Amino acid sequence: MSSTVNNLLSADALTRIERECAKYPVDQRQSAVMAALAIAQDELGWLAKDTIAAVAQILGMAPVAAYEVASFYNMYDLAPVGKFKITVCTNLPCALSGGVDAADYLKTKLGITFNETTADGKFTLKEGECLGACGDSPVMILNNKRMCSFMHPEQIDALLAECGHGKAGA
Amino acid sequence: MALISALNPLLTTGWSRGDDGWRLADYEARGGYVQLRRLLNDKVSQDDLIAEVKKSVLRGRGGAGFPTGLKWSFMPRAFPGDKYVVCNSDEGEPGTFKDRDLMRFDPHSVIEGMIIAGYAMGAGRGYNYIHGEIFDIYERFEEALDEARSAGLLGQKILGSEFSFELFAHHGYGAYICGEETGLLESLEGKKGQPRYKPPFPASYGLYGKPTTINNTETFAAIPFILAIGGEKFLGMGKPNNGGTKLFSVSGHVNRPGNYEIPLGTPFSTLLDMAGGMRGGRKLKAVIPGGSSAPVLPAEIMMNTTMDYDSIAKAGSMLGSGAVIVMDETVCMVKALERLSYFYFEESCGQCTPCREGTGWLYRVVHRIEHGEGRPEDLDQLNRVTDNIMGRTICALGDAASLPVRSFINHFKSEFEYHIENKKCLIDPAVQRAGSGFFKMESA
Repeated sequence: MSSTVNNLLSADALTRIERECAKYPVDQRQSAVMAALAIAQDELGWLAKDTIAAVAQILGMAPVAAYEVASFYNMYDLAPVGKFKITVCTNLPCALSGGVDAADYLKTKLGITFNETTADGKFTLKEGECLGACGDSPVMILNNKRMCSFMHPEQIDALLAECGHGKAGA
Repeated sequence: MALISALNPLLTTGWSRGDDGWRLADYEARGGYVQLRRLLNDKVSQDDLIAEVKKSVLRGRGGAGFPTGLKWSFMPRAFPGDKYVVCNSDEGEPGTFKDRDLMRFDPHSVIEGMIIAGYAMGAGRGYNYIHGEIFDIYERFEEALDEARSAGLLGQKILGSEFSFELFAHHGYGAYICGEETGLLESLEGKKGQPRYKPPFPASYGLYGKPTTINNTETFAAIPFILAIGGEKFLGMGKPNNGGTKLFSVSGHVNRPGNYEIPLGTPFSTLLDMAGGMRGGRKLKAVIPGGSSAPVLPAEIMMNTTMDYDSIAKAGSMLGSGAVIVMDETVCMVKALERLSYFYFEESCGQCTPCREGTGWLYRVVHRIEHGEGRPEDLDQLNRVTDNIMGRTICALGDAASLPVRSFINHFKSEFEYHIENKKCLIDPAVQRAGSGFFKMESA
């Protein structure tokens, strides 16, 4: 079993997971599951069932308990996504300042709708619920970690260009 | 960056340098950690400390408005085992973005507030649960914690005293329900964030079953400032029963969306002016004054209301987290409600049947009205569904989903009726679209 863990996650990821575990009482390693799943997802792109089971094993919890967490929180991807996942907030405060328009603009540019990935596997588009940055709307997050603020057409074009949109290859 | 401005700045005094003023040295240069040092040096008693917080009439800044000092006094300080202090920074209420800026521009005020809370309640460990979507802020908070640890402000025998306190950051990963305090505790324990029955309350059975006090980020951040000026003076900055200044997140159809710090009791019209007034000079139609879960109020009511817990409650809504969503005359109220109803449907944790099924019903019925398929009986139907949700669930999400439905129909009934009768919006879709300003066709 431990070879499964070693095969799936790098030594660096395992170290980072242990650092998260150290935040909690020694008998509460399960508390680190959210961070550990995020670390695993960063490394492997998405969370396959084997990956979730490996994380569960590291933390000493039942695989199904880790799966419950992975499937409850919406920033975990339980299926492959593009190299760049863009999550756009369309909730009311953002919609009042162009959130829905920004999503429409992205859909047209990328030729996909929400929960789809471009044919070249580069981009996935997601509809987000409140990202907690309504004052900066339109807002979107890139690959769960980078908040992009005030995303009007010019800024969206720049972001897509930065991600290599329109260029051949990855 | 969200623009900021303040009347009587207190919590936002350190924000003026933006991303260049958040480090420990900057915080200490403006008087940071002086209050913690004083408490430890003078061995101030826990009773005196809690009495000072009570005097300030600081009310919880996360939404419920419960008096902080009273909450702190519920902790069984003599309980011999582990006790916890938890900060709720899972800021996901649509319209709210103040805690993000607090942790971005002044994370040490939150840290100092949490250490002082630990001291007041005899807790040895704390966690700050940060909204997963603001990961860059979580990383900054971790850096600030490292600074505090290196300076001996956290850990064993803080600053040579007998008081020890450990503090860690924990990030969420996309679940609105974790902003509910017991859902947050479940999540912190590494589970689905499904709320617990109360009682028992967290003060007796909290994190890992131990006594726990949970406060909002802004509540903790206010503590050092309150101790610096004194509880009485803080209370005097606001109005009776509504102590101090508060951050308001203003979003929607204003010229300068952003966070504004104002004394509680300030007229809404002043806040609107601070936010640059209405975008494009258009007319104010409605305001949701306390985050998406608070009942919407029409312009004429808002323009005669002051921003404090009691006045907004009297006007028929809630101050909530201080998220002020401003809507102008280009807004179709049916469409606005449809989006909010979708949110609650999407974010219901699924634990209680009335909420899990009811939020779906609310969304589907509002959706069909918006899309020209509404039926004459639908408005009564919506109200009936809210009757079957409210007060019948473990947590407040069901009520939060119901209050917008009731208030939108109550105040803007004719717009809903127009939709049902005419199968279309009262407001031309082209006008609605122009309101967002996305393509900058209009100059603000």
